[in-house]
Amino acid sequence: MQRKSFIVDFLQNDKGGKAFVSILLGIMLIVPALNLLVPADSFFHVPTYTVTLLGKYLAYAMLAIALDLVWGFCGILSLGHAAFFALGGYAMGMYLMRQIGDRGVYGNAELPDFMVFLNWTELPWYWQGFDMFWFAMIMVVAVPGLLALVFGWLAFRARVTGVYLSIITQALTYALLLAFFMNELGFGGNNGLTDFKDILGYDLQADTTRATLFFLSALFLILTYFLSRYVITSKLGRVVVAIRDAEDRTRFIGYKVESFKLWIFVLSAMIAGVAGALFVPQVGIINPGEFSPLNSIELVVWVAIGGRATLYGAALGAVVVNYSKSYLTAAFPEIWLFALGGLFLVVTIFMPKGIVGVWNQMRVKMAQKDSVDKKTEGDSK
Amino acid sequence: MKPLDKSPVKSSNKSLDKLREAMRRDKVFDFVEQKRLPFVGRRAIIPGEIDTTHGPILYLENISVSFDGFKALNDLTLYINDGELRCIIGPNGAGKTTMMDVITGKTQPDEGTAYFGQTMDLTSMSEYEIAHAGIGRKFQKPTIFPQHTIFENLELAMAADKKVWPTLFAKVNTQQYARIIEVSEIIGLENLLYEKAAQLSHGQKQWLEIGMLLMQNPRVLLVDEPVAGMTHQEMDKTAELLKRLAGDHSVVVVEHDMDFVRSIASTVTVLHEGSVLAEGTMDEVQNDPKVIEVYLGE
Repeated sequence: MQRKSFIVDFLQNDKGGKAFVSILLGIMLIVPALNLLVPADSFFHVPTYTVTLLGKYLAYAMLAIALDLVWGFCGILSLGHAAFFALGGYAMGMYLMRQIGDRGVYGNAELPDFMVFLNWTELPWYWQGFDMFWFAMIMVVAVPGLLALVFGWLAFRARVTGVYLSIITQALTYALLLAFFMNELGFGGNNGLTDFKDILGYDLQADTTRATLFFLSALFLILTYFLSRYVITSKLGRVVVAIRDAEDRTRFIGYKVESFKLWIFVLSAMIAGVAGALFVPQVGIINPGEFSPLNSIELVVWVAIGGRATLYGAALGAVVVNYSKSYLTAAFPEIWLFALGGLFLVVTIFMPKGIVGVWNQMRVKMAQKDSVDKKTEGDSK
Repeated sequence: MKPLDKSPVKSSNKSLDKLREAMRRDKVFDFVEQKRLPFVGRRAIIPGEIDTTHGPILYLENISVSFDGFKALNDLTLYINDGELRCIIGPNGAGKTTMMDVITGKTQPDEGTAYFGQTMDLTSMSEYEIAHAGIGRKFQKPTIFPQHTIFENLELAMAADKKVWPTLFAKVNTQQYARIIEVSEIIGLENLLYEKAAQLSHGQKQWLEIGMLLMQNPRVLLVDEPVAGMTHQEMDKTAELLKRLAGDHSVVVVEHDMDFVRSIASTVTVLHEGSVLAEGTMDEVQNDPKVIEVYLGE
């Protein structure tokens, strides 16, 4: 009871957030129900394919919120955030690989197929422990978090900011892309990790597993929203925005700016890692392509289109852009990149605050019109 | 800072003495010595406490800073007394802003020492440490947090534990709330507490920034061109505010506007080409032939 009142309290001044969480709660329950309980020939049946696609969007939405924390609120334009997502995904992928056991093509109980193919005889040390779910889940947040910690510590302490920081984050993800392409690194090279069979003993192809993964994606997206909202409405959140708006001022009133940047950057990387871990079992593959610099740039476009520094706007942007992508790449495959570029231009020029910004403006205008109407009404009386 | 040791021994003997002192068996631990200090007529050095027993609160001695061969500060020596209101004037490029950068830890001097009180070496501290120690700085261009309300601007500046985790869980308590209201009244923005700072006029932004300095409970306020772009009424109000703050705080004002300087200052320091050209009351300084030549005359 107390918990509920806490959450209600928490969202009191957050109309957009309330709507966002309510919608998520709705689809979290309705979509799996329509998939599992409604017969396949019914009009209301949601095919498993759609459930998985929506689950993928929710993982992307989580990633977008992670980027919004650092870019929208702290002004750190990271152009390598998909790297943290991919690392979380790889950690999950490694667990799923170990779950295959002797059902692989080569029937080796210990080694994944690609290692047998490379004539490796034993599991590399960094693959140890990934047969345990809890260990893999710790790695899902620990690996991206650690990379963000080391990278951020070096970059922020050296006071690398603005476009220079964007460039080195881009270099970071590109370096990881090249590294993960190498077969010798032991992550499946070009092909990545795939052919997963089951998760915690449940068949990944089963409708119930798919529906559960969707449910969990929605749940974690809601939790991410609550966590992020708590952080940005705290004093720390105000300091972070202060750093975005006047970094020197923040430093001279006594905040160690580097520490705050590092904290929010690491938190964001961890959220991105969890998003990656939810993404991989649903799409069934993780390969070095996820590190591609283009992915990180696309991610920035989602957040810009949805609306920076709003959290739910970023999530909305991720869903809108990815839905358009799914539609356009199927219907008109050659125009997708032009559409994305055009969309980005239109948004940055005409709607700098994204979809959420336009929506808010419209609401303000409506409210003004209402009050004017009331006034004239009053006058005529 | 020179130690208080006034013995006329040569330096070689001194180091021998120091060695002997260090080897003394009756004082293995430093705190034993600390306790003895009052009896031998010395004062204990308390870390983090500003020692102004000799009058000045800021000691800048023989400071030189150069950027790519250009000497922004050239053997600058300047003392600011505790509680005084000091104006620093000088033509463009005289080194006023660089001097503030040195005091607040933004720029490292090539030579010279900067001490806060008699014990705190500013050159070895970083910006946020200096801010915590008690030096507040107002920038030339009013720099506030535009997307935050006036209340939040003051809240962020407030003296508190400013480490990351305590900040995450920090809540404004009654005392702090009262302090924020108090400062907002001092700077005359008490009716705009919940407005976004971006909506303030230029003059109000300047006051808000001074208010933010006050929230830090500083001992020294460094104020860079507080009345640039202000109307006459605003200027008068600012002069009043700064005069009111002096006494409890040491206030160092860098300003171009001579009328304003005359209206507030007791002591004026003229900087020229990175060092002090003259110091005294406004009248003395104005009649100084050197000053007339480089600055006021023309």
